[in-house]
Amino acid sequence: MKSFNYHAPKDVKDATKLASSSSAFLAGGMTTIPSMKLGLASYKDVIDIKKIKKLSGIKVSGKTVTIGATTKHVEVATSKDVKKAIPALAKLAGNIGDAQVRNRGTIGGSISNNDPSACYPSACMALNAVIHTNKRKIDAEKFFTGMFETALKSGELVEAVEFQIPEKADYQKHPNPASRYAIIGVFVAKHKKDVNVAVTGAKSCVYIDKDLSKKLSSNFSVSSIEGTDVKSSGMNSDMHASAEYRANLVSLYAKKAVEAC
Amino acid sequence: MASLVGSRVERKEDGRFLQGRGRYTADINIANQTYAVFVRSPHARAKIKSVDTSKALKSSGVVGVLTGKEIAEDKIGGLIAGWAIRSEDGSEMKVPANPPLAKDIANFVGEPIAVVFAETLDEAKEGAEKVKVDYKVLKAVVDPADAMKSEAIHDGVDKNLCYDWLLGDRKAVDEAFAKADKIIKVDLINNRLVPNAMEPRACVVDYNTASEEITLYTTSQNPHLSRLVMSAFGNVAPENKLRVVAPDVGGGFGSKINVYNEEIVCSWASKKIERPIKWVAERTESFLTDTHGRDHVTHAELAVTNDGKFLGFKNETIANLGAYARVFGTVTPTYLFGPCATGVYVIPAAYSNVKAVYTNTAPVDAYRGAGRPEATYTIERLVEKAAMELGIDKTEIRMKNFPTQFPFKQTLVHTVDSGDYVAGLEKAKQMADYAGFEARRKKSEANGKLRGIGVSSYFEACGIAPSAAVMSLGCGVGLWESAEVRFNPTGQISVFTGAHSHGQSHDTTFAQIAADELGVPMENIDVVHGDTDKGTFGMGTYGSRSLTVGGIAIVNACKKIVAKGKRVAAKMLEVNEDEIEFKDGEFVALKSNKKKTIGEVAFACYLPGQRDEMKSPIPEGDEPGLIESSFFDPANFSFPAGSHICEVEIDPDTGNVKVEKYTAVDDFGRIVNPMIVEGQVHGGIAQGIGQALHENTQYDETGQLMTASYMDYTMPRADNFPEFNLGFTCTHATSNPLGVKGCGEAGAIASPPTVMNAVIDALGGQEISMPATAEKVWKACKAMKKSNAKAA
Repeated sequence: MKSFNYHAPKDVKDATKLASSSSAFLAGGMTTIPSMKLGLASYKDVIDIKKIKKLSGIKVSGKTVTIGATTKHVEVATSKDVKKAIPALAKLAGNIGDAQVRNRGTIGGSISNNDPSACYPSACMALNAVIHTNKRKIDAEKFFTGMFETALKSGELVEAVEFQIPEKADYQKHPNPASRYAIIGVFVAKHKKDVNVAVTGAKSCVYIDKDLSKKLSSNFSVSSIEGTDVKSSGMNSDMHASAEYRANLVSLYAKKAVEAC
Repeated sequence: MASLVGSRVERKEDGRFLQGRGRYTADINIANQTYAVFVRSPHARAKIKSVDTSKALKSSGVVGVLTGKEIAEDKIGGLIAGWAIRSEDGSEMKVPANPPLAKDIANFVGEPIAVVFAETLDEAKEGAEKVKVDYKVLKAVVDPADAMKSEAIHDGVDKNLCYDWLLGDRKAVDEAFAKADKIIKVDLINNRLVPNAMEPRACVVDYNTASEEITLYTTSQNPHLSRLVMSAFGNVAPENKLRVVAPDVGGGFGSKINVYNEEIVCSWASKKIERPIKWVAERTESFLTDTHGRDHVTHAELAVTNDGKFLGFKNETIANLGAYARVFGTVTPTYLFGPCATGVYVIPAAYSNVKAVYTNTAPVDAYRGAGRPEATYTIERLVEKAAMELGIDKTEIRMKNFPTQFPFKQTLVHTVDSGDYVAGLEKAKQMADYAGFEARRKKSEANGKLRGIGVSSYFEACGIAPSAAVMSLGCGVGLWESAEVRFNPTGQISVFTGAHSHGQSHDTTFAQIAADELGVPMENIDVVHGDTDKGTFGMGTYGSRSLTVGGIAIVNACKKIVAKGKRVAAKMLEVNEDEIEFKDGEFVALKSNKKKTIGEVAFACYLPGQRDEMKSPIPEGDEPGLIESSFFDPANFSFPAGSHICEVEIDPDTGNVKVEKYTAVDDFGRIVNPMIVEGQVHGGIAQGIGQALHENTQYDETGQLMTASYMDYTMPRADNFPEFNLGFTCTHATSNPLGVKGCGEAGAIASPPTVMNAVIDALGGQEISMPATAEKVWKACKAMKKSNAKAA
């Protein structure tokens, strides 16, 4: 790993002041550190945001659950409040990576990295999340812009993610047998007025499957999406899964999620 | 005193391993050491036009940079193939030079070109980035099936063919096939595997400027052999000026048999730069450069009668050697493979023909099982298919062709000393509730799942091996093993072995054996291994040989200790030697019942006299001290055998395969420590299930390894396995005094065909290749649905 300056500011203002085009914010470091070790990335300044107290924690209000950016997956997975308000979100967090990853990885890190096969982005999309940054609030559908791309500007830092509490929801994933990332993951959330089916792993970026969402919005049952032909065009095809296989899994896991709701 | 052999003694080594107190090569640091980083070829095949080290030499902290040019100038030898194999036409195999640092051409991604030494690891990495290599990229040969049709990658190796080897009688096979009612055929790919030892390879080298001795700490399964090779072929240093130490080693599975480029380079360089050197592989380097396993393309046929009798067998295999022939690389697909390919069956006529080819991929060498998993996969897929096509129960067809007489003269090479194959399969059937399978299948079907059952019966030839036999077949060394048993004056015992433990629990097993032989508590015994300066020369650990060869050397050395002890005790007790009985650590004079403990005798051997009296306990003709050694050369291989049964359940919607039940009944002869043996079987089965269902080594068409990290290479994990159901039949080996057979590889040998037979059974006979990944199985399920719909 190339040497760098390590900073551990106590508040967001200091953190953002240190940011530059050759800096990186460090939360759990689950992607940043391996990338640096493998020489795929190098930074002049690494700004560790884990010492910033206000970035961590879980708050539940009447309609939303807000999770601080540096809250670890294990904290979300085991939070009584999350389990009560959005059990699917706790379940999702509890199945990310392995115990070591869950004890270090954070929600802010996950969504800022926007790995195409990460789990959290699907929850953000399906649960109409609002991403709070140090500068603004961004709707999830505008936040995830492409493969490893987000709407975040240079020096902009995710502070928290505010999820809308649905009536029902479930997350199902088909893990990559090697990495255990999602080959595909489907987050189904039934809100008062409509249903969102968010899919991760299948394409270069998380997305809402409009066809499935529409069908479930009019009739929230497995039968309403039975036989839906999920198109494989635009889906990833790699040594782990062809686009055709992924398309099959999307419709299958959407049904599994509806069944589990 | 109760016998320790046969009891579940807890492992002596667990304390240090579980508490992080093991001492591995990477734990060793030497004052003033430099750090080595290798510059490796990013191309699978490329001419090296030039190597410019000038910028690297000026880089901060860099102490030295060496390339293929310097190593050639110093006449340092390359890596070697340990077995000379002859082709069917009598010609010798073709082996290209494999210099430790490639000078003119690179032949696989990861092949070292240059090395940078620096004060810190970071500086060495930085320096390595500044070495400029000018390559002319050439078209790589990757697929073994196409290798013979492709451009030759090595000068003087036509068609990329190392040898075209035959074992058996083609004419007799043709005659047998002419008489057959049916010919069963399979086309198989035995998938390439990356060994993935938990500890990556590493070496630390210390050149002593005073004694001119090089000490190499390294991750080796066979330090004595490493020293021999580096001295005799590498010209690194004379054997007496080279000490090789393999301390705790975290797994080998065959990948740490070879002396590798890095060990040769660092040993040579340490003397050159007069500084100690440390090199530790990163995981990517392990993936790219550790020797890989398997990689066969096979067409095999079995001639059968309608009532299920086997008449003949043929096996045409292309074995991928990778870029170079390494230590066991050439013998693994020949003598370790061909003879076992007829399995546990009486087959009157058989042959195995193997064409070994070079490709621009990592060298392939022995990997847990080495040749026998490939052999067992070939025959057991054929037998299962024969059962299916003939409509005979899969266990019945096996029983029908088992030998019933032992010794069993197997078709191609081996005479198997002992075994009871029928008993093993019967026991496996009972333990697996074979009879109840149909009910379980129906239950799965009712849940929309496909359930399959697979069987395989295997034998294997391990405990390698009788020196005269293996040397007659082309082995470059004899495969005996040595031991020295050293009674210390105060009664503790050091047992030196030439075998090496990198997970096999020698500290425990060998202490159990020696404790029984010497009648002392095993706490008094230390097993010492892994250091060429300690104990006698030895051949190391691979081929399930530690106990069956090395263990016997210990037994024999102990017997010599007891024999001398008897003579000394007789003199001490003033009786004749034949009046002494040795039992439970005591020499007893039968008539008087006077006794001396073995500790007292040892003490007397070292302090042979007493005050005020001119009297020695040492008989005339004997010498003081109590140290004995033994070199044991076995009379035969060891032939473990058994039957495994697996049940899988497939979810046709996802193609996920779940191993529901796994039963293994093995015959390892007499078992020294059942707990350790069970652990070996567990590990072997896990690796075999890994091969069958998960491990997916893939090179792209340019020779880049696509699965070079755990993000992409699927290592099996605990949640991929059910609880294994193990049983044993114990017919003692007649070829060694303990009656033991090798147990280290059997699990990995038997399990791939067992699992695949179950998967294929669930798929109604549709054949798919390993690894049976979810998508492959899903596609097969779809095809099955289609054909079922058509039939309906």
